Amino acid sequence: MLSIKNLHASVEEGQEILKGLNLEVKAGEVHAIMGPNGSGKSTLASVLAGKDGYEVTEGSVDFDGTDLLDLKAEDRAKEGMFLAFQYPVEIPGVSNINFLRTAINEIREYRKEDKISAKDFLAKVKDASNLVELDNKLASRAVNVGFSGGEKKRNEIFQMAMLEPKLAILDETDSGLDIDALRIVSEGVNKLKSEKNAIILITHYQRLLDYIKPDFVHVLSEGQIIKTGTKELALELEDKGYDWINEETAQ
Amino acid sequence: MGETYTEEDLAKNLEQQEYKYGFTSDFESDKAPVGLNEDIIRFISAKKEEPEWLLEKRLQAFHAWEKMQEPDWAHVNYDKPDFQAISYYSAPKQTKKYESWDDVDPEMKETMKKLGISLEEQQRLTGTAVDFVVDSVSVATSFKKKLNELGIIFCSFSEAVQEHPELVKKYMGTVVPHTDNFYAALNSAVFTDGSFCYIPKGVRCPMELSTYFRINEGGTGQFERTLVVADKGSYVSYLEGCTAPMRDENQLHAAVVELISLDDAEIKYSTVQNWYPGNKEGVGGVFNFVTKRGLCERNAKISWTQVETGSAVTWKYPSCVLKGDNSVGEFYSVAVTNNFQQADTGSKMIHLGKNTSSTIISKGISAGQSQNAYRGLVQIHAGAENARNRSECDSLLLSDRSGAHTFPYIECKNNSARIEHEATTSKIGEDQIFYCQQRGIDPEKAIGLIVNGYCKEVLNHMPMEFAVEAQKLLEISLENSVG
Amino acid sequence: MELVVDNKVLEFVADFKKPEEGSEVRKQAMAALNGMDFPTTRIEEWKYTRVAKYVKRKYKQVQATANVENYKIADLNAHQLVFVNGYYDESLSTILEDDAVEIQNIDTLDEAYYSDLVDGTEENVFSLINKAYQTGGVSIQIKKNKKANHPIHLLHIVNGEEVIANARHFVHAENGSKAEIVATFHSENSENSFSNIVFEGHVETNASLTINKMQTEAKNMLHISNELFVQDESSNFLINTITTGSLLTRNGLNVIVEGENCHTEMNGAYLGTEKQHLDNHTLIDQLYSNCTSSESYQGVMDGKSVGVFNGKVIVRQDAQKIEAYQSNRNILLSKKASVNSKPELEIYADDVRCSHGSTIGELDPEAIYYLRSRGISEESAKQLLVAGFIGGVLDKVENEALRANIDDLFLKDFGWKF
Repeated sequence: MLSIKNLHASVEEGQEILKGLNLEVKAGEVHAIMGPNGSGKSTLASVLAGKDGYEVTEGSVDFDGTDLLDLKAEDRAKEGMFLAFQYPVEIPGVSNINFLRTAINEIREYRKEDKISAKDFLAKVKDASNLVELDNKLASRAVNVGFSGGEKKRNEIFQMAMLEPKLAILDETDSGLDIDALRIVSEGVNKLKSEKNAIILITHYQRLLDYIKPDFVHVLSEGQIIKTGTKELALELEDKGYDWINEETAQ
Repeated sequence: MGETYTEEDLAKNLEQQEYKYGFTSDFESDKAPVGLNEDIIRFISAKKEEPEWLLEKRLQAFHAWEKMQEPDWAHVNYDKPDFQAISYYSAPKQTKKYESWDDVDPEMKETMKKLGISLEEQQRLTGTAVDFVVDSVSVATSFKKKLNELGIIFCSFSEAVQEHPELVKKYMGTVVPHTDNFYAALNSAVFTDGSFCYIPKGVRCPMELSTYFRINEGGTGQFERTLVVADKGSYVSYLEGCTAPMRDENQLHAAVVELISLDDAEIKYSTVQNWYPGNKEGVGGVFNFVTKRGLCERNAKISWTQVETGSAVTWKYPSCVLKGDNSVGEFYSVAVTNNFQQADTGSKMIHLGKNTSSTIISKGISAGQSQNAYRGLVQIHAGAENARNRSECDSLLLSDRSGAHTFPYIECKNNSARIEHEATTSKIGEDQIFYCQQRGIDPEKAIGLIVNGYCKEVLNHMPMEFAVEAQKLLEISLENSVG
Repeated sequence: MELVVDNKVLEFVADFKKPEEGSEVRKQAMAALNGMDFPTTRIEEWKYTRVAKYVKRKYKQVQATANVENYKIADLNAHQLVFVNGYYDESLSTILEDDAVEIQNIDTLDEAYYSDLVDGTEENVFSLINKAYQTGGVSIQIKKNKKANHPIHLLHIVNGEEVIANARHFVHAENGSKAEIVATFHSENSENSFSNIVFEGHVETNASLTINKMQTEAKNMLHISNELFVQDESSNFLINTITTGSLLTRNGLNVIVEGENCHTEMNGAYLGTEKQHLDNHTLIDQLYSNCTSSESYQGVMDGKSVGVFNGKVIVRQDAQKIEAYQSNRNILLSKKASVNSKPELEIYADDVRCSHGSTIGELDPEAIYYLRSRGISEESAKQLLVAGFIGGVLDKVENEALRANIDDLFLKDFGWKF
């Protein structure tokens, strides 16, 4: 589904962050990308989602047969890529509902589908908010405005449930969540997981992986994936930190 | 109020495209020769079969106007209109009053249909009474009978002059005297028609009263006059909307609106203004120089809500004179400028009575190469014990060629007053736009969403149908403004 | 043939001593005064400040002496330059050893450099009168990459009846330099006199200039100052203006930011009693990107005094990423006191974060009550609250000796302790 080959990307100021990153993700898989601060995790998410301010200098990203890097940010979303933001953005005055309805209809239009009916939409809102135990009131409140940190993260997963992406990238979705919220968010993600979609978890901590079981764990360091393993690798990282891998690869 | 539009409406509204009101309807006009002098004023007055006292008032205003200078303190730049090149009277040719809706000229009905405000629909669906004005002459009034039963008078200004001269004589010019300013004086001399509304003591008007104005005849000015009197303990919500067809030459609009809210009464006055703003090169468009002011007696309240997206040049400061103790004034405004539009708008809150309070919420949005200024006055007089004012003026910039300016004047002569003014100017958030993009919404639509959210506090003060229209206008007026 | 002078401004300056050798600046100022008039409240910039009755007086330029001891600031350890009625008094002045500072007569200022610097800036009738007829002042040079070893204290005293003091100063803070200037304005036995001050300067790249200004002139005087500072890139400029004096004070402060990455800060405290009229008029003109400015003016008005604040920030079209903050807060202590506040933003660039706030109100009755319930008298409670209110601005004065002097002044004049 997603094939990243030799990806190099710099920030506008010129500094190279991603230095030849390779990653293959197939439908039905869950990948975890771990790594120390500044290793390029969030840059990878931003580059994939098409955020301004980054320049891809080399490499390619194929998303289900489409050259992802050629697409505008909104078209990547329409093609089925979803990014759960590390810091969800507040949009005062725009209700979650209104926001999502606009998004869904835009995506449907892109896929030459009819607009969603009010009835179907509301039913979906109900299901999705149950999924992450999001208070119904939050659905009608302005996007992320006045939400607690945990509510914002739950709102991201709520939106994921609404938009039904092919590929979801969860950028530090677990950070700042207490154990209860972590469980709710994880269970939500697990329910959304299917044979047809894929999930990339970007995280600092192993604890998220207790709830969402990854098929692969990748270690990102200095803009490259330097080690790939299974869930056990995450445990090892938690135990020993990242330095031993760096040493290992250095040898 | 605070109702919100439905999501269905929103989706529909998002589909709006070009300025859809750019057409000219073709009915013949009864038009005065161009120019302004005593004879023209006598012509207008005679044409309208006015009583002598009103002609006198007009002439007084005209003589005052002759001695006045067109103001130039506003943050706008334009070629001053040639007041001698304007025709000051143009009425649709039909002189006969309509007995029923069926009698109305089909072409005029068509016009209204294009405006999206067909009377049938309005009557059937919304329960709103509409006083429809084309080029200053009222052509159709509905729901009159129902209002009559309650003693509510809602009619054209000329009709009020004929039918209720004592009310007109008593209140006209008491809030906006003919010497008030250049445009008010001009209006007082040459006004052709407008609306009049009187709500008797203790009556709560059961429906929203609304008037749609549009400028139609090329080269004509629009000088309506609105007078709303809410007698003691009464309530009325009044809507005013306007659309104008495309014209190449600038057209002048100099209206006067006077509101009088007697003891314990409340007037809610909502406006959606989208006069033709000129084209993308800044050619054409309406000059909108309007004087709007309300007077509050004891425990009275006046609330102005406006969404301004139109006109090439806007000069407008809906105001409240809080004369009575405990009276309340409110001003909620969204002003959008795009392309080469210029707006200098805001409010004045004059606190005279004790325990008076006022609120100003102003949201300015500047796109293209437009200039958008908030100008407001909060004045606390010495006798206004415990007066309160809160003002919030926010400006949102959508392009690096546009300007957003804030000129508040705060004058306080009483130490028990409490005044708080805050203003911010900022760019639309790039992170917000990206967030929307990541959910599949293109930047243009994202801006529409964000802007509507930004204006929510004001839109929430509008009656529902009006809020929908206002939202629609925001979308249209900001099209192609990404930059 | 002698023409009858029908111009108020020319009449105003008629008896002033014509300067002996013509400098271009003086000549141009004199020429500009022809055909000018004093401002009325119809002029937007002077909407709230009426000068008519003051400019009808026949002021005279006279040299005098004064007892400078009363106005010295203990422990300031500064270069002390004394001006009495706008004339430099060498005998009362002390210039210390300082390799970073050069102080000269204002008449030695390079006029070509000066004219080039102020080209395009706006003058008004008062600044022009000063420039045409100034009687003294200094040109201060802070040398490149040096830090002044001492603050520079410009000490002004007005002494006499219906005297006009036209002092004019210029400070040139060269690249990378740093200095602090203290300007104080006092009066002694003054009756209906007029301090008409011009203070200008150029803060070059990476230079840092702080000015602390304090004015305590008699409450029968007119004080008008016109200040203009130009900042080059990466420079810092801070000015604190403390005003308690004069019957009518008009502080006109303009800063033109002509380079990127500058920081501009203006703070003001004004305390009015009796029939004082205290007007602070400021402008920050941002012409380049990535600059920040912060402005905070706080006023306490008692008696029948009137406070005026008119602050304007202009952000020009190509000046992106500007952050400008402006605040004006006022407390009215008496029924008859009043305030007019006009904070303005004129923004032509889009990527900016600008805000302003303005408040007017009385002291919080709840707070007074709370203090009283702790055994503090009502009067003390009010003083405490006012001191707390104004203290935030006074804290911007980092010079301890000066701060101590200001605290003394407030204690003596108002009984306020900080």
